[in-house]
Amino acid sequence: MATDTLTNHDAHAHEHEHHDAGDTKVFGFWIYLMSDLIIFGSLFAAYAVLSPNTAGGPTPGEIFELPFVLVETFLLLFSSFTYGMAVLAMNDDKAAQVRNWLVITFLLGAGFVGMEIYEFHHLIVEGFGPDRSAFLSSFFTLVGTHGTHVTFGLIWILVMVYQVSTKGLTPTTRPRIMCLSLFWHFLDIVWICVFTIVYLMGVL
Amino acid sequence: MSGSHTAPGGASHGSTKTYITGLILSIVLTVIPFGMVMSGGFSTSATLITILIMAVLQVLVQLIMFMHLDSKSEEGWNLISIVFALSILVLIVGGSIWIMHNLMINTM
Repeated sequence: MATDTLTNHDAHAHEHEHHDAGDTKVFGFWIYLMSDLIIFGSLFAAYAVLSPNTAGGPTPGEIFELPFVLVETFLLLFSSFTYGMAVLAMNDDKAAQVRNWLVITFLLGAGFVGMEIYEFHHLIVEGFGPDRSAFLSSFFTLVGTHGTHVTFGLIWILVMVYQVSTKGLTPTTRPRIMCLSLFWHFLDIVWICVFTIVYLMGVL
Repeated sequence: MSGSHTAPGGASHGSTKTYITGLILSIVLTVIPFGMVMSGGFSTSATLITILIMAVLQVLVQLIMFMHLDSKSEEGWNLISIVFALSILVLIVGGSIWIMHNLMINTM
């Protein structure tokens, strides 16, 4: 009986250790996100200071199209939701469902990035590129940094689709999916600040 | 052991219900500010205050319902680190705007 207890205890301790390693990884990633938050905060501060300086160029209200931004917002919001569904499927150990939800998340995210590239291209073609005024420089830097993050998130999603398909849901791939989940939700939260401070307050 | 899987940010899993509630709240908190600004039928200050409150609420909704942030995950370290990051943010953003605003008044 003593042996039994010991074995059980060992097994439990092992499992616990394992669980902790994944936990620590996700917590470390959370700390990285906090530092990323400071980067975005600095860019928001730069935008707030520079956006009134239009140097005779267009003002925010003249170049932003809110219906367009609303569609972008919904693409990102729904992708955040579908990623949540992928995490729930992972908790139920359904690898195929995880993969499908990740693919849907990728498509929504790609739609968002596509719209943003279209918007940037449209502005630059009209002569309202980042070199036009301090307002546009800070606008392209802030929104571009967010778009770059989303693009890297898309690459990461593809990597996870591949790993879930080949390796399945293992103690190695699970924390990665959790980290990507934090990253993806975090980008949606940053976007809330972008559409409120840049687009809505710009048009106001 | 079913309750011990790590969820984003820590302790709890979340369920389909919390995600759907979060989604619906987010949609409402997005449509209201966009609608207010696009209709243009409200005073500037009222609109400004409303869209800022809606943004803060939506950030909280997504932190709690999508990222499962609570005071218990990672023994509270998730919450402590974000509170720390937010206080740095207040210094950076608030300080920058304050200083540059003063500079503009003094030099223009």
